[in-house]
Amino acid sequence: MLIGTGLMTVALAVAPLVGVYPVFLMKALCFALFACAFNLLLGFGGLLSFGHAMFLGTAGYVCAHAAKVWGFSPELAIATGTAAAALLGAVVGSLAIRRQGIYFAMITLAVAQMMYFFYLQTPFTHGEDGIQAVPRGRLFGLLDLSQPLAMYYTVLTIFIAGFLLIYRIIHSPFGQVLKAIRENEPRAISLGYDADRYKLLAFVLSATLAGLAGATKAIVFQLASLTDVHWSMSGEVVLMTLLGGMGTIFGPVVGAFVIAGLENYLAGFGEWVTIITGVIFVVCVLAFRRGIVGEIAAWWARRAA
Amino acid sequence: MQALFGQLLIGLINGAFYAMLSLGLAVIFGLLNIINFTHGAQYMMGAFCAWFLLNKAGVGYWWALLLAPIIVGAIGIVIERTMLARLYKLDHLYGLLLTFGLALIIQGVFRNEFGSSGLPYQIPSELTGGMNLGFMFLPIYRGWVIVASLVLCFSTWYVIERTKLGSYLRAATENPTLVQAFGVNVPRMITLTFGFGVGLAALAGVMAAPIYQVNPLMGADMIIVVFAVVVIGGMGSIMGAILTGFGLGVVEGLTKYFYPEASNTVIFVVMVIVLMFRPAGLFGRER
Repeated sequence: MLIGTGLMTVALAVAPLVGVYPVFLMKALCFALFACAFNLLLGFGGLLSFGHAMFLGTAGYVCAHAAKVWGFSPELAIATGTAAAALLGAVVGSLAIRRQGIYFAMITLAVAQMMYFFYLQTPFTHGEDGIQAVPRGRLFGLLDLSQPLAMYYTVLTIFIAGFLLIYRIIHSPFGQVLKAIRENEPRAISLGYDADRYKLLAFVLSATLAGLAGATKAIVFQLASLTDVHWSMSGEVVLMTLLGGMGTIFGPVVGAFVIAGLENYLAGFGEWVTIITGVIFVVCVLAFRRGIVGEIAAWWARRAA
Repeated sequence: MQALFGQLLIGLINGAFYAMLSLGLAVIFGLLNIINFTHGAQYMMGAFCAWFLLNKAGVGYWWALLLAPIIVGAIGIVIERTMLARLYKLDHLYGLLLTFGLALIIQGVFRNEFGSSGLPYQIPSELTGGMNLGFMFLPIYRGWVIVASLVLCFSTWYVIERTKLGSYLRAATENPTLVQAFGVNVPRMITLTFGFGVGLAALAGVMAAPIYQVNPLMGADMIIVVFAVVVIGGMGSIMGAILTGFGLGVVEGLTKYFYPEASNTVIFVVMVIVLMFRPAGLFGRER
C-alpha cells in the first residue's frame, strides 16, 4: 500500500513534466478524488448512492460563488464549498439511511434530481450558463494559481491528502465497524454498534470529500455548471468505481483515469460516449464485477498461492 | 377557474403515466427484486414503436396499442433471459447497475438516430376533437388516456390480487423455492412477469405518443420522478402504486397552478416529508 501510494505520487508529480497535458490530469484527479469518496460509501459501507453529483455540484457552486462574488481566497472558497457539501450530506444522509439497498439508491437519486431543479431555477447559479470566469486567485496570498503547474501541484496535494484520509478512515476502528455493518447489519447492531450513526457518519464523510473534489474542480476549470449536478454525473462516478474495482483502495483512481481518458478521446463522437459508457456498465456487471484493480489483485493472489 | 381545471387535467394525465409506470416497476420488483432502470427507456421505445408502425408500416394507433407492448415486451424477455437471469444470486444492486447501463445504451442509440428533438404523432381520428363540460374543455384523447389507464391499472390489480394466476405470482414473491416445489415453473413465471411489466411501460409509451412528442429522452427524466413515486407509495402493494401515481399527478398539477416555481420539485419534496414520518412509504411494509 505504502509503495503503491508512493509510486502513484511520484508518477503523478512527474507526469506534467514529461508532457502529459496538465488540464487533463487535473480533471482526472478531481474525478479520482470524487470516485474515492464515493467508494468509501459503496465499497466499504455497502451503500449505493445514485445522487453523489449533488455534493460535487453543490460544493462547486458554493466555491465558485464565494471566490467570484464574495472575493474569497481560493483556499477559503474551497473550504466553504466543502463545508456546504458536508452540511447537505448531513441532511440528505439522515433521510436516506432510513431505507436500505435499492430504496437508498432511489432516494438519493430523487433528492439529487430535486437539487438539480433547484440549481436550475435559483438565480445565483445563472441557470444554463453556470458561474463562469471564477478567479483562481493566490493560494494563501502567495502562490499564483493562474500558473498551470502551481495549480496542478495544488490539485495533486489536495488529491493525495484526500486519498490518504480515506485510507486512514478505512483502516481505523470506525472503518472496521462500517465493514461489519455492510457484511451483517443485524449482527453489528446486536454487538452494540449504533448502525445508523455509523452509516450517517460515513455518508457525511463521503459527501464532504466529494465536495472537496467539486470545489477544487470549480477553481481548476473556473466554472461551476449544471453538468456537475446532473444525474449522469452520479452515474459516471458509479461507473468509475465499478470499473476500477469497488472496495479497493486504488480502484476508483484507476477507474477515474480510464473514464476521463475515454471521454477526452471520444469527445468528438457525440452520443457514442453515452453508448460506450452504457456498454462498459453492462460488461462490468456481467463479467467483470471485481473491476480492474480487483481482478489484478485476485490474479496476484492466485499466483502467490 | 379554467386554468385550475386545465392544470388538474394535465395533472391527472401525468398521474396516469406515473401510475402505469410505477405499477410495472412494482410488479417487476415484487418478483425479481430488481429495480428496472430501463423502464423509462422502454416507455420511450413503446412510443417509438408506435411511430415506426405508423410511418414505416402504415399500422395505426389501435394496432400499435397491441403490437408495441408485445414487441418491446419480447425485447424485455430477451434481456431478462440473457442478462438479468445471471444476476439473481447476487446483490440486488447489480440489477440496478445493469439496467442503468442498458438504459444509457438504448437512449444513446435513439439519440444518435433521431437527435433530441421530438417527432410528432397524430391523435387517431376517432379521438380527435373535444367536449365542453360546462366548466372546462376536455380534449377527447386526454379523457381516453385517463379512462384507459384506470381500466388497465385496475384490471392488473384484479388479476394479481383476485385470480388464481395472481395468487401464484404473490406466492412466488413471498417464497419462490416453496412455490417451485409445488410444481410451478418459477423461472418462466419470472420471465413472463418481466415481459409483462416492460409491456406495460411500452403501452404507456404508445398512449403518451400523441400527447408528448416522441423523443429519445422522454423516459429519462420521467423514470426519476417515477422512482420518487415508488418510494412514496412503498412497493408493497399494487393498489398503493396506482393511488400514489394518480394522487401525485394531481398534486403536481395543483402546484403548477398555485406555485409554478415548485412544480418540478414538489414530488421530491413530498417524498422527503413521507420519508420523515413513514419511512416505509404510504402503503409499504418494512422488509
